[in-house]
Amino acid sequence: MADPMRIRAQAAGDKATVRVLMSHEMETGQRKDAAGKIVPAWHIQEVTASHNGKQVLSAEWGPAVSKNPFMQFVVKGAKAGDKIAVTWKDNRGDTRTDEATVS
Amino acid sequence: MQTRRETLKHSLAVAGLLAAAGFPQFAHAAYNKTAFDAKSVQDAVKAAGGASLAESKDVTLTAPDIAENGAVVPMGVSTALPGVKQLLILVEKNPSALVAIFHGSDSLDNNFLTRAKMGQSSDVYAVAILADGKALWAKKEVKVTLGGCGG
Repeated sequence: MADPMRIRAQAAGDKATVRVLMSHEMETGQRKDAAGKIVPAWHIQEVTASHNGKQVLSAEWGPAVSKNPFMQFVVKGAKAGDKIAVTWKDNRGDTRTDEATVS
Repeated sequence: MQTRRETLKHSLAVAGLLAAAGFPQFAHAAYNKTAFDAKSVQDAVKAAGGASLAESKDVTLTAPDIAENGAVVPMGVSTALPGVKQLLILVEKNPSALVAIFHGSDSLDNNFLTRAKMGQSSDVYAVAILADGKALWAKKEVKVTLGGCGG
């Protein structure tokens, strides 16, 4: 199981800015190891986010997203105390969900 | 005759199929492998469902002029246009151009920020695909002083 994500959600007016920092290797499949063998691709493919249980975002990522990816998005109508949950799934089928409260 | 092992295998396969099919809320959430395998910007946008490409001032791309480290280049895409289905970020000279697809929804601002790897200095594209298949793009050249791929 991967390390937890760091999620920060801050309300400003009737919107909330959500910043997510995930912990993932994001191997591209282009790199070679010391023995000259290609390191197989291992990266997050799907990211979804929900606001109080209702899905608001889905994203697809390729291997070109940086290691330990960062993502920021803005949820309309979110206020302090609301729950934001983020889930990712990588190409090995690993998945992780973390939740944060809007402040 | 079927052994117990085979029966188990079959039921696993069926469960897998059900899991794959049982995702109706966001039907388009299936991973768009064709788009991510596409080498060029045009091919990737086409694979994502964008038909006619046109430059537009309504799409904003946020990226630095010079990236000191190609492994972590902050990139943002935003637009105020209504009816945007997908927002794409692409790096032209990467082995595969497409970096990320964001599917907007009514409860989100069309404003996303992430970090991407860049192998070398290249044009970066932000593409907004509208519901009618129109693809509006904005681009910016980003100079990389240290590559992010291959290391």
